[in-house]
Amino acid sequence: MMERISQRISRRFIRVWQRNLTVYRKTWKISFLPPLLEPLFYILAFGVGLGVLVGEILFDSTKVSYVSFIAPALIAINIMYNAFFENTYVSFVRMYYQKTFDAIMATPLSLEEIITGEIIWGATKSVIATLIMLGVISLFGLITYPQGLLIIPLAFLGGIAFGSIGMFFTGIVPTIEIFNLPIFLFITPMFLFSGTFFPVENLPFWAQKLSILFPLTHLVNLTRSFSFGIIDTKLLWDVAYLFVFCLIFFPLAIFVMHRRLIK
Amino acid sequence: MLKRKGVLLQSSHLEKKQMEHIIEAEGLRKTFGDLVAVDDISFKVLRGECFGILGPNGAGKTSTIRMIYGFSPMTSGSLKVFGLDISKGLRQIKSHIGVCQQENNLDPDLSVLQNLEVYAHYFNIPRKAAEKRAKELLAFMSLGHREKAKVTELSGGMMRRLVLARSLINNPDLLILDEPTTGLDPQSRHQVWERLEGLRSKGLTILLTTHYMDEASRLCDRLVIMDHGRILVMGEPFELIRKHIGRNVIEVNAPSKELQAFIQSQKLEYEDIGHRLIIYSEDSDNLFHKISDSYCKDGCILRMATLEDVFLKLTGRDLRE
Repeated sequence: MMERISQRISRRFIRVWQRNLTVYRKTWKISFLPPLLEPLFYILAFGVGLGVLVGEILFDSTKVSYVSFIAPALIAINIMYNAFFENTYVSFVRMYYQKTFDAIMATPLSLEEIITGEIIWGATKSVIATLIMLGVISLFGLITYPQGLLIIPLAFLGGIAFGSIGMFFTGIVPTIEIFNLPIFLFITPMFLFSGTFFPVENLPFWAQKLSILFPLTHLVNLTRSFSFGIIDTKLLWDVAYLFVFCLIFFPLAIFVMHRRLIK
Repeated sequence: MLKRKGVLLQSSHLEKKQMEHIIEAEGLRKTFGDLVAVDDISFKVLRGECFGILGPNGAGKTSTIRMIYGFSPMTSGSLKVFGLDISKGLRQIKSHIGVCQQENNLDPDLSVLQNLEVYAHYFNIPRKAAEKRAKELLAFMSLGHREKAKVTELSGGMMRRLVLARSLINNPDLLILDEPTTGLDPQSRHQVWERLEGLRSKGLTILLTTHYMDEASRLCDRLVIMDHGRILVMGEPFELIRKHIGRNVIEVNAPSKELQAFIQSQKLEYEDIGHRLIIYSEDSDNLFHKISDSYCKDGCILRMATLEDVFLKLTGRDLRE
């Protein structure tokens, strides 16, 4: 399967990416607002409000403030959201309602290139959101540089991981409403239990083991480590996990979209 | 390998005159599970002609052309476009055809002009050239004044013309149209027809599907009538009318019993559609006088046979739903 897929993907996928960029540029002023304002709201609510109650938290055997603990997790969550929502709802609208993929398939592009372009675009949106959030959070002095810059390529990798699984769901859901299911069963539990707002160690033992399966757990661990300036070989496991996740879900996404659209 | 094919195609472009067959389909079949959509059809489309595929809903028209532009893989058979095998040279083939799909799948996120420019980029046409070509095509389709408009603001006829403009963006050697005027008002249909006639007169090869007989007679040099996935007849529109119907037909409204008895005694070929009889005859002039004088005073007309007569005679009058 991998060989067949790679044969049909040329650099032309960039045309699909460019198409989405053209559309994005029309509404960039609105698209900029959520990643700009969201961290501010969270830092205000959790840092000033909840942070007083929580006090300090142990991370990597150091005591850190609650706001510096959650700030990098907010970036990780945004990486997940941007790619996942782009390649579920937005891609589904393009595929199903607007028939954009049908139109492109009558040009020299292949379906594999369309899907690749869509996933790379989803990851690009993750990177854009990350850049804006890094800027905002850095103003509060919560990111250590230059190590913190590693979060940018990480956003791309994480974006591909979450975009691929999003596109996989797009390939199998019968209607757009069904996306509620993966969001309810997959995205929301990850949002809460991936070491985002409290350390995974606070969970019961079985739930700790379960959360290791979540890609967000690894992404959060990486963004948090980088923003505290920690670079450790242990982190390679988290990176490797995300790579393997992409290697499974990217071809799988193409496979189910092929089954759905080529009749 | 890909490069070599590209060169091959280019050289065949130079020797266009030698390439008589733009499309060669042999024993083409398409099945969806148990359903046989296209059942072993063969045909050839010559360079520079307008070739029509006619048939009622579900006859297999769209399935046929979707295989030709590579949208859906064929189940079996052989299919060559521009002399290239579709399973090997699909990308090269697709870069030289223009497709106007049945559904309007214009990009609603983009403006009229952007729809063409972005589409041009799918064909790797450079930005400057794309803009120039897009503007020319908008002018040709009388859409120049709407280039900034949103696609959703356009009327049905304008959308169709924009889809047509988009399908010409790569200067195709073959234009494929799936029911190009379905759902349009008469004015818009005539506008589309005029543009298509203009393109045909410039030597563009056109393959179209339609269930409008007037459209087919006006545009097509040759056509096939399909039903249940098979080709029933193939030929030039007038030749088909002559062969299957004759020059004229007699239509009788509310035929009397005497007339029906007369028709049966004369062993005339006719069709009974409830309150109306359609009588086919070689010698329709004399027959018409006889019938109108003796059997009906009014409600009886002699008219030119049309492609519609051929179509209904061959595909029957049952509803296809």
